[in-house]
Amino acid sequence: MPEPFSKTTSRVISIPRANIDTDQICPARFLKITDKAGLADALFFDWRFTPDGKRREPPSFIDEPQNQGRELLLVGDNFGSGSSREHAPWALRAWGVRAIFSTSFADIFKGNALKNALLPIVVSPERHTALTALLASDPDGEWTVDLQAQKVTLPDGSAFDFEIDPFARSMILAGTDEIGYVLSKLPAIEAWEASHPARVDTREGVPAR
Amino acid sequence: MADRPRTLVEKIWDDHVVASEPGAPAILAIDLHLVHEVTSPQAFTGLRARGVKVRRPERTVATADHSIPTTDPSVPFTDELAIKQLAQIEENCREFGIPFHGKGSPLRGIVHVIGPELGLTQPGMTIVCGDSHTATHGAFGALAFGIGTSEIEMVLATQTLLQRKPRTFKVEVTGRLQPGVGAKDIILALIAKIGVGGGTGHVFEYTGEAIRALSMEARMTLCNMSIEGGARAGLVAPDETTFEYIKGRPHAPQGAAWDEAVARWHKLPSDRGATYDREVVIDGSALEPMVTYGNNPGMGIPVTGRVPSAAEVDRAVTGDVDRALAYMGLTAGQPIAGQKLDVVFIGSCTNGRIEDLRAAASIMRGKKVAEGLRVLVVPGSQQVKRQAEEEGLHEVFRAAGAEWRESGCSMCIAMNGDQLEPGQYGISTSNRNFEGRQGKGGRSFLASPLTAAASALTGVITDPRTVADVAVAAAAEAR
Repeated sequence: MPEPFSKTTSRVISIPRANIDTDQICPARFLKITDKAGLADALFFDWRFTPDGKRREPPSFIDEPQNQGRELLLVGDNFGSGSSREHAPWALRAWGVRAIFSTSFADIFKGNALKNALLPIVVSPERHTALTALLASDPDGEWTVDLQAQKVTLPDGSAFDFEIDPFARSMILAGTDEIGYVLSKLPAIEAWEASHPARVDTREGVPAR
Repeated sequence: MADRPRTLVEKIWDDHVVASEPGAPAILAIDLHLVHEVTSPQAFTGLRARGVKVRRPERTVATADHSIPTTDPSVPFTDELAIKQLAQIEENCREFGIPFHGKGSPLRGIVHVIGPELGLTQPGMTIVCGDSHTATHGAFGALAFGIGTSEIEMVLATQTLLQRKPRTFKVEVTGRLQPGVGAKDIILALIAKIGVGGGTGHVFEYTGEAIRALSMEARMTLCNMSIEGGARAGLVAPDETTFEYIKGRPHAPQGAAWDEAVARWHKLPSDRGATYDREVVIDGSALEPMVTYGNNPGMGIPVTGRVPSAAEVDRAVTGDVDRALAYMGLTAGQPIAGQKLDVVFIGSCTNGRIEDLRAAASIMRGKKVAEGLRVLVVPGSQQVKRQAEEEGLHEVFRAAGAEWRESGCSMCIAMNGDQLEPGQYGISTSNRNFEGRQGKGGRSFLASPLTAAASALTGVITDPRTVADVAVAAAAEAR
């Protein structure tokens, strides 16, 4: 079951690229696992290592020494596009990322992130430009993300509000599990199924194994 | 309220809402859940931890496609992780009572190929799978979309999902396509126009004369890549073409149930006067064969075109062209036709069906692939493979010098050993040209089966209209 989460304060890693797809976040060859182990090492792997396995010089983003332990990312537009692999948010969380700022997130990634208490924080293009400039001038400033208050506080004390799906917010704050919520609505599911005949039976016509 | 004109998507949505509480997402019933080996193991682990069974195993079906080898089955497979993953799905399906089409099954194949060919995919259904190309099934007028592993566990446990109602985006493709232009070119042109994030938050509905004229397999190609335009789903309203395709398939309704189903399906198309949140119109008659030059599927141009510079595109739509050209080793201004290739891949859930293989074979029949070029032809399912072999297509490919494989995702996702080597150029009928997608350091060009096959003969990116009578090829494709 997820741990409740409400607030974190951290320095920020800037990755000024748009359309960062989930093949970049977690390359497909790391999807052969049957658990969630080892994914922190897979994060942005091909950005960090050359095809023959050498660490790139200079080190890439999350490998830069000053970025170790940082929990917040500021990234370009349309983060998380492509594959539906939940390994992407698992890898981000395993590395230590708690919240990501972008002008937009791909739909499937956004849903997957929220189910792992990884906050996709959407900001306007103007705000994104301002945050990028702030980070350039104050690369080691600490930002506070407060999910309870839906507020981000910057190093100078200024703050802005952010939107997040209210249901997902309440789930993350309480550490509640969505499956438990839906299982509590079982009578409604049973009623729907009783009034809607099954469209297919996948077991028909399948050779015995 | 009941008389308000509704779209196809709204009708399916309304029919599947189990419960809707203020502030919470709707609980949406799922008619069909497709499962594969890569994204499901952790979901089954979650079920065991909860002590929960699969609620509706008879609305669930599983196969092995992503990490399975496509080489000769008698050749030993040595990838320990993949072997474990493949063993795990078999064990999970046995334990939870889910029908499984695994290694050795004549019904095995890419999950989005087998759903339709078994007749499991039907109009008006909600269909999900832990795979973003689940949008493929929208070709039948089903609301079909990809989900993550947490959601797989949700569907296994409850046969429902928590969902917010998507916004709708009408994509109208007018006119008649020119010979040599097909569904792959439509979708690459759409994504080039709106960008890879253009459909975020929306579901596409494809309409218009050019869409109506497409075969079911072509509609699957089109809907398959909806996600590359940012839309989780993309639908085509069901019509006689749809019904004709489904009729007689193993899971299709029969007898009186067929008539009842068709009557129900006839009510699905969007009502006259229904409104969409967004709309775009594309002139289908003006489209040319498309090919990508960069590292997102929106970086596409006509095969007759030149690679653009960053200054020539809208960065907000297209993305970072400078970075892409550096990765791809291309120069702004160079004609994309004539670009040298190392590998040709024909296959995937986008273009691995029988019509795709017929189209490729129509170009390659009696010809040889260019010297030094590696050409892989990978059928989308074992049924597609058998059909192709009955038609002698495998002999066409082999005689030309191409490899003829077992079915699977293969080089589309490069998990099973089929991959580009660092620096290699590949033209691919698949769906993603991301950095490293088809192998570390590999450089991908996305195109149609006709364009890929034409390029296989020359070893460079080639306009299929220059090497063959594509009108004849198109006739072969549609036969």
